[in-house]
Amino acid sequence: MAESILSLKEVHTYIVQHHILQGVTLDVTAGRPTVFLGRNGAGKSSTLRAIIGLNPVTSGEIHLAGRPIQGRKPYEIARLGVGFVAEDRAVFYNLSVEENMRLSMFEENEQAWNRLETVLDLFPDLKRLWRINAGLLSGGQKQMLAIARAFVNDHRILLIDEPSKGLAPIVVDQVGESLLQIKDKTTIILVEQNFHLASLVGTDYFILDDGRVVHQGLMEDLVEDQALKQKYLGIG
Amino acid sequence: MTSDAASVEIDMESGFNTKTWAIRIASIGIWFLPLIWIDPTTYIVLTIAGLAFGMLLFMVAAGMTIIFGLMDVLNMAHGALFALGAYSGGYWILNLLEKFGWVEYGTAVQSFGSLLLAIFAGALAGALLGIVVERVIIRGVYGDHLKQIMITMGVLYVMTEVTKIIWGASPEVVLVPMMFQGSYDIFDVIVGKFRVVALIVGLAMFAGIQLVLMKTKLGLIVRAGVENREGVQAAGYNINRIFTGVFTVGAALAGVGGTMWCIFQEQVYPEIGLENIIFAMIVVIIGGLGSVTGSFLGAIIVGLSFNYVAFLLPKLAMGVNILIMATILLIRPWGLMGKE
Ligand SMILES: Nc1ncnc2c1ncn2[C@@H]1O[C@H](COP(=O)(O)OP(=O)(O)OP(=O)(O)O)[C@@H](O)[C@H]1O
Ligand SMILES: [Mg+2]
Repeated sequence: MAESILSLKEVHTYIVQHHILQGVTLDVTAGRPTVFLGRNGAGKSSTLRAIIGLNPVTSGEIHLAGRPIQGRKPYEIARLGVGFVAEDRAVFYNLSVEENMRLSMFEENEQAWNRLETVLDLFPDLKRLWRINAGLLSGGQKQMLAIARAFVNDHRILLIDEPSKGLAPIVVDQVGESLLQIKDKTTIILVEQNFHLASLVGTDYFILDDGRVVHQGLMEDLVEDQALKQKYLGIG
Repeated sequence: MTSDAASVEIDMESGFNTKTWAIRIASIGIWFLPLIWIDPTTYIVLTIAGLAFGMLLFMVAAGMTIIFGLMDVLNMAHGALFALGAYSGGYWILNLLEKFGWVEYGTAVQSFGSLLLAIFAGALAGALLGIVVERVIIRGVYGDHLKQIMITMGVLYVMTEVTKIIWGASPEVVLVPMMFQGSYDIFDVIVGKFRVVALIVGLAMFAGIQLVLMKTKLGLIVRAGVENREGVQAAGYNINRIFTGVFTVGAALAGVGGTMWCIFQEQVYPEIGLENIIFAMIVVIIGGLGSVTGSFLGAIIVGLSFNYVAFLLPKLAMGVNILIMATILLIRPWGLMGKE
């Protein structure tokens, strides 16, 4: 069996009295880009936030490469190798592009700067906008910066929450391009409502509903399965 | 996204807009208005005094505004840190050093030495009390402004009473080190020596804070944290440790402010913290909550107008500051440099 990079076992999240995650169980295989699908409010973002530690794991277990991480602080989980691109405000508007990148680098050493070079080769636009405040970037550029930020560290997994949100279709394609370029270099876990983008990037999928995983499998099978898409995603 | 881009364009345009320029010129011109009633020499004296006063206000406001920006905490107990700084740095240390003949009749080196030791003691006292306040009081009320104001105001009142028990209720004289006594007379313009010191310390503090904020990784993390705390945590930084660090530094700055203030006034009294927290609040609000540069400008505005008006119409001095605050908030509800 292939190596599991991330596994969630019966993860529950309560925020005050709201039962938000109701026993999420899933396994992500190292090197296989994985998408989380589901309707609005299904619990996709909440699952990512539980993994990075921003939402509490009230019960259940989360393992990163075999190591339990539930209950740790977000900064510890990040340093253990989990990159996170939030759904909203994934870049700092009052910092320049350069400062956004520097903030994201755990260490500012030779190796990190070399890695930054590689990242900037993938996102040449950012080089041009280097000293500009991120708040002034277009929606697409902001999203590129957000992805570049997370990618500047050598993360084991990269959690990306709806990078296509609010973007024009042509810009969504650009974001898709950049995801395709990095998908072999780390394990991407992508939350995406745009099914086209999801199927372009993902190999495996999980469908969430009401704070649970209700379906999982290979993306190539889901593309053909009209009934399933209709039932849980309202498309098909 | 579109609304973002639009507001940026408007901002860029308004940079060249006549109305904006009219406001800018008027807001500079207004500072020359007092010349109608005050003769130039007195005006210069008042201006320097006002700037020095402004710098002292900035020392208190700086910590308050950073703590608000980063931690979303309105800390009225800042006044208690200020008072403790005044009593331990300005009053206690200088009196102690006086026993060795360092202060009132000290040499130049002894004068500087006693000022530095007083500032250091004030900073240390502020920092220590600050750590206790953060751990014991503020940790319990994160995220709730009303509770924060109530409980930290409570701390301020309690500390004022504790001060009375330790040092007595009546004002005490604070000694001024030899070198900083008296005034310089520059072409009939009389400038108190300690005012110059206050100006220098205030400017140095502003420069130091800006340097750390703009040029270091720590400053980068703090600025990022002011904007989005979760984002900083997810980027791998222990925001709680940074909170505690910033709170401690802010508290130390308040302590220094207290020390400088009471030497400037040559006296210290238990209500010193209560009085100054009101000024500091005005400065922080004028500048825009969370902005150090805003507080710097706000402190200068309040310092100058307070001094001009106190000279012309002493009874109105405090009222004018509140009027200025109200006017600025009417034009820019988020303060001079605050975020919308
Ligand atoms: N802090 C919170 N307090 C209370 N309820 C919350 C909180 N955060 C999320 N929820 C609720 O939990 C459910 C799951 O939310 P979540 O953001 O994970 O959905 P999602 O699948 O990411 O949806 P979307 O596609 O709209 O982003 C929703 O019903 C939401 O209202
Ligand atoms: Mg979501």
